Amino acid sequence: MSQTAVQSKQKALINFMSKRKLALVFSLVLMLISLGSIITKGLNFGIDFTGGYLIEAGYQYDVDLDRVRSALAEAQFKDAQVQNFGSSKDIIVRIAPRADINKATIGDNILAILKTTSDKPVEMRRVEFVGPQVGDELRDDGGIALLVALGGILIYISLRFQLKSAVGAILALVHDVLITVGVFSLLQLEFDLTVLASILAVIGYSLNDTVVVLDRIRETFRNIRKTSAEDILNISINQTLARTLVTSMTTLLVLLALFFFGGEIIHGFATALIIGVIIGTYSSIYIASSTLMLLNIHKQDFLVVAKEEVVDDAP
Amino acid sequence: MLNQYPLWKYILLVVGLLVASIYALPNLYGEDPAVQVSHRTKSLTDEDKLLIQQTITGKELTVKSIELKEGHALARFDDTETQLRAADALKENLGKQYLVALNLAPATPGWLRALSAAPMYLGLDLRGGVHFLMEVDMVAAIKRLEESLLSDIRSTLRDEKIRYRGVRRDDQGLHISFRELEHMEQAAEELPRVFRELEFIEKQDTLTLHAKLSEAAIRNEKKSALQQNVITLRNRVNELGVAEPVIQQQGDSRIVVQLPGIQDTAGAKKILGATATLEFRMTEGTRSDWLDAEQNGRTPLNSILYYERDGSPVLLNRRVIVTGDQIIDAASTFDSQKGTPAVSVRLNGKGASKMGDTTREHIGKPMAVVFIENKIETKKVGDTITKHRTTTKEVINVATIQGQFSARFQITGLESQEARDLALLLRAGSLRAPVEIIEERTVGPSLGRDNIEKGFFSVMIGFVLVLVFMTVYYRGFGLIANVALTANLVIIIAVLSLLQATLTLPGIAGIVLTVGMAVDANVLIFERIKEEVKNGNSPQASIHSGYEKAFSTITDANVTTLLAAIVLFTLGTGPVKGFAITLSIGIITSMITAIVGTRAIVNLLYGNREIKKLSI
Repeated sequence: MSQTAVQSKQKALINFMSKRKLALVFSLVLMLISLGSIITKGLNFGIDFTGGYLIEAGYQYDVDLDRVRSALAEAQFKDAQVQNFGSSKDIIVRIAPRADINKATIGDNILAILKTTSDKPVEMRRVEFVGPQVGDELRDDGGIALLVALGGILIYISLRFQLKSAVGAILALVHDVLITVGVFSLLQLEFDLTVLASILAVIGYSLNDTVVVLDRIRETFRNIRKTSAEDILNISINQTLARTLVTSMTTLLVLLALFFFGGEIIHGFATALIIGVIIGTYSSIYIASSTLMLLNIHKQDFLVVAKEEVVDDAP
Repeated sequence: MLNQYPLWKYILLVVGLLVASIYALPNLYGEDPAVQVSHRTKSLTDEDKLLIQQTITGKELTVKSIELKEGHALARFDDTETQLRAADALKENLGKQYLVALNLAPATPGWLRALSAAPMYLGLDLRGGVHFLMEVDMVAAIKRLEESLLSDIRSTLRDEKIRYRGVRRDDQGLHISFRELEHMEQAAEELPRVFRELEFIEKQDTLTLHAKLSEAAIRNEKKSALQQNVITLRNRVNELGVAEPVIQQQGDSRIVVQLPGIQDTAGAKKILGATATLEFRMTEGTRSDWLDAEQNGRTPLNSILYYERDGSPVLLNRRVIVTGDQIIDAASTFDSQKGTPAVSVRLNGKGASKMGDTTREHIGKPMAVVFIENKIETKKVGDTITKHRTTTKEVINVATIQGQFSARFQITGLESQEARDLALLLRAGSLRAPVEIIEERTVGPSLGRDNIEKGFFSVMIGFVLVLVFMTVYYRGFGLIANVALTANLVIIIAVLSLLQATLTLPGIAGIVLTVGMAVDANVLIFERIKEEVKNGNSPQASIHSGYEKAFSTITDANVTTLLAAIVLFTLGTGPVKGFAITLSIGIITSMITAIVGTRAIVNLLYGNREIKKLSI
């Protein structure tokens, strides 16, 4: 199979690894900004996690938000947040959980108030209420889900590859998740359950990408002898580059369809995945492989299976 | 020879795809507006079917079909207007033993239904409806049990002629105090024999016998409180007339209630969460005694101070004559003399005889009806979560007993909506323990429709974009991948329809994502084939080793994504679960279609012949 290697080497290679220090700095900066934003600005959690009330209502013409706000304020809902949702005819009202409101009737109360702000019928589109105990649980469960997923993946990759690759893959994952969440924090986009679900999908996707590259690195290490690790990584990344880009392209195409046509409720979901896929594509090229370089990867790492392989490789 | 599949593989693939197409087919038919009729106690028969038919045709309405299924009848109509009018006619004509509910029934043709093919089960975010998560107040359930044990202990001690000073209940359990050590020891011997669910500890220094519920008894009580509440909620939902409701236990103290297509959510919430019940008690003393008791805050020994709705005080006897549990039927009506709203009730045997005795002995004296409602609410202040329990007890009516009555009588003193709600609640049975709605998700019908349309549209757009991209980028092989992708979509829909797994909006997003990622396996294979060709291998050999080498990569990549999806499924709730389901199914089916499916087509086109160039 060394014929493959010779052929591949003749191909015009993009020297990804020569820029790896630059990429590392770039990633570090992005991660630091994300982390800083998450710590200082925090996340704009949706009611799934904070608890509270959410009412979506449809008007027949453009809504005067100020009028709605003042009508709500007059009716003891001073803390109500009113926003357009999807179109200028639809609004969403958010109210933090409060001690003095009766949850059985809140949706109807709000709707009744909204009806006074328009002389045409106002339609109830959605009412959500999440009690404080549920909010806390969902947040805890979400955190556990993320950790369990990361742990399971670390184990699987350690078994299928070896620890250095697993560390590389996990770092790439943390990188992707951190930056995606960071963007949500920076732009203060609403972070709800569906966004959490898409963060987990980002994990799946980013991993998928990284595994393909790692797989190729392992194969190249086994097939080519007497080449520096840097060259081998470069060759592997180049060989998988077309695939990485094509798959990201098709995934982005469907995500854009979802972003533009899927409706407002699915917007955060699509946004998180679009960010995740872009970052994931970049990280599968740079982060996992740079980590391998940092961990001083060498041929022996991939020959742990049996000594026979060494014998097979001998001339 | 390379790249050939045996005939049986082709047959298997074609048959598999055919089966998938059949089970995906019901999704192409829409839904009929329908009315579902069921009976409180029995399964419907052909006779009922005839009656329904006559009722509908009697109003000159056209019905598409009426079928009997699982004990209820389903009448389908052409439009919602006919449906609504038919439902009204049925409610009026059939009487209150029948439950009439509006429904949307899948318009799956008979031959598909015979194969038990059905469309995907749509979640509430797609069809509209209410989702409630309710928490049962277990502390209250235990308290209630302890209180009833307390009065049993009292009567056991009396029956056994064991003298005691007093019994009381607090957060630690039950305390029975004595004057003499001897009595306590007698009780300590006797009580454990009768009350096996209690654990007794003697406290010599205070002469108290301390009793606590055993772990097993607490577990049992919680379990039965939950089950009893589920039954009561199911009865109440049936009373509301909702088709295809879901009422399920979740965990050890929660109940999920899903009511598809319901419009009046506030009314539903009030009925479901209500713990209202009634008590009948005799009054004590005269009106001036009542006012005195209110003013100086002292009540006579055997009475309790209550208030009427207008705020005026009433003294009632401590002894309850009959409780709401003993009411077996109730209906809202109007008082024949005054024309005011009323609830006519019927008592069970025990209640009737007690009521009979009491009214006989107390003719000419006033009796009171007490309306009791328990409420529980969880509030969060800062980081501490506390539960607030409130019990409202008010006297809705004080009336002089005119003559003896027992099983059937009327209660007045309510507003008409109150009378209707109370009748329903008494009929459906009371909740064993109060419930609190801790999560609600209501989706209006128009949003549900929007969500389906947008979801479907974005799947189609994404799908077409990927098809175009693959054709442009991989040409001939791209077309092959497109066939596989289409098959994949059909299979996902078939599997979802067969499993009757709930499809939610995030679930649709999962399908969209799968469409984008499903081609990944083909991309991996095709890139490998390209590489092999570049390396100077023959087209046939390139195809062969391309598929072979890509296989382990595809497996690794998909297993990791599947891992994330499974974690999501086990830890996620509701809509997120829907996403995990479609993503998992998509990953598995895409591996089959992208590897086996495309290979079959490639083999068919290229296998066993001379090829100079691959269209890739």
